[in-house]
Amino acid sequence: MQENDSIRRAIRAQAVSIGLALAPFGLAFGALCAEAGISMWEALGFSALVFAGSSQFAAVSVLADDGTVIAAITAGLLLNLRSLAFGVSLAPSLKGSFIWRACISQLMIDESTAVASSQSSVENRRYGYLWGGISVFVLWNLMTLIGVSVLSETESIISDFGIDATIPAAFLGLIWGRLKDSTHRATATIGALIALILIPITPAGIPVIAAAGAIIWVRPWKLKKGADNE
Amino acid sequence: MSDATIVILLLAAGTYCLKALGPIYFGNSRQLPIKFQEVALLLPTPLLAALVVTSAFSETSSLVFDARVVGLLAAAIALWKKLPFFIVVIIAAVATALWRLAFS
Repeated sequence: MQENDSIRRAIRAQAVSIGLALAPFGLAFGALCAEAGISMWEALGFSALVFAGSSQFAAVSVLADDGTVIAAITAGLLLNLRSLAFGVSLAPSLKGSFIWRACISQLMIDESTAVASSQSSVENRRYGYLWGGISVFVLWNLMTLIGVSVLSETESIISDFGIDATIPAAFLGLIWGRLKDSTHRATATIGALIALILIPITPAGIPVIAAAGAIIWVRPWKLKKGADNE
Repeated sequence: MSDATIVILLLAAGTYCLKALGPIYFGNSRQLPIKFQEVALLLPTPLLAALVVTSAFSETSSLVFDARVVGLLAAAIALWKKLPFFIVVIIAAVATALWRLAFS
């Protein structure tokens, strides 16, 4: 089992570094909450209960721009539809009692899925999922707390230190890897254009939701030439 | 209850359902239609692209081009240079802060 020990050590290192990489993003989320006038407990509520980075950002961005509750929730949920796909793909590696599965489902995020998916055995996938998820959960909530409490002291800190610019930068960082693929690049461009056009003419939140329409253009369901599809 | 609290509770409930459906309902035997999986995996791309645009160029429902644009450009260059995520975010903040210091 010597070999498996070193695999597991590598998994733990990966999990912790991914958690640390997200630290500034967590800080930025806390800052965004402070900017939007959201309290410390609410900010932690987002990070612990919702626990889905891009959904949290989307929902709070909509609220910060005076968008409606419905628009904030819709934007958040649309961004998180992918965790349904992650969950389905990881389900075979996450067996256990009903209660156990119900508890660990909260850790279903991009990073835990990424750490799990890099492993080949079912046991190591599960190990990677748990380490990735818990590492991000702890650091994410800690950084949210620091962001919201430290940065809410003086509002000018946010603009003086350019912290408001970390949010678009973080979103760009999150899709950057996807842009290597031409389908994703096309979808991203169309989505960005839809948002740009709609910002001045629709209420906040709508531009982001409407950008989902970009996939109608790309039609991902036509990409894979299946048996039923010609 | 504040708007934020309502959003937290409903979004948390909805998000949890999306997260848990896989592990709780789908095992080896059950599978989501492949077309749905493709859509679900592609969907974040246009949404995140739209969030880049709205968080960089908007201020309460109007188009605004301010120092955040500089930060975004700096971040794009940093990403293109394959710098780590952590550094990219810091570069964006520093570039924006310096621009504001110099020009406002």
